[in-house]
Amino acid sequence: MIWAVAAFLLLGVFFGITGTIGVLRFPDVFTRLHAAAKCSTTSIFSILLACMLFKGWDPMSWRIMVIALFFLITSPVSAHIIGRSAWMRGLMPWGRKQQT
Amino acid sequence: MDIAIILDTAIYCLLGVAVLSLIRVVIGPEPEDRMIGLNLTASQVLAILVLAALRLDQAIFLDVALVYAILGFIGMLAIARSMRSAEGSS
Repeated sequence: MIWAVAAFLLLGVFFGITGTIGVLRFPDVFTRLHAAAKCSTTSIFSILLACMLFKGWDPMSWRIMVIALFFLITSPVSAHIIGRSAWMRGLMPWGRKQQT
Repeated sequence: MDIAIILDTAIYCLLGVAVLSLIRVVIGPEPEDRMIGLNLTASQVLAILVLAALRLDQAIFLDVALVYAILGFIGMLAIARSMRSAEGSS
C-alpha cells in the first residue's frame, strides 16, 4: 500500500513540474492555459488519490474526496473563464504567421 | 521506508514548484497570464495543505483547504468579471 501511495505522489509531483515548465516556456496565453489546466487537474487529483489511499476508511478520507470533487468541477470552469476573457479582449492565438 | 519521509519530500517538491510558478505571475505580459499563474499556484498550495494535514495528522487543515479552494474559485470569477466591466466602460 505504501508503494501505491509513493507512486501516486510521484505522479502528482511529476505532473506539477511539467505544468510549471509548460507555463514558463510556452509562447502564448492559450497554450499556457492548456498546460496549466490539464497538468494542475491531473497533479492535484493524483495527490488527493494518494492521500485517500493512505488514510483508508477514515473521516479524513471522505473530506479529501469532497475537496477532490470540488476541484474536479471548478478547475476546468476557471480555465474556461480565463480563456473566454482572453478571447473576448481580442488576443489572437499563437500561429504560423501573425497577420497585422 | 517511512511514510513521513515520502510526505516531506512531496511537500518540499510542491513548495519549490509553487514558487517557480509564481514567476509567471510576476513577469506575465498580459493580465490573463497572471491569472493562469495564480490559478496554478493556488492548486499547488491546496495540495500542500492536504499533504500537511496528513503529515501533522490534523483534520482542521482539510477544512482550511476546502475553504481555500472555494475562495480561489470565487476570486478568479471576480477578477474576470471586474476585468470585463473595466474593458466595457473604457
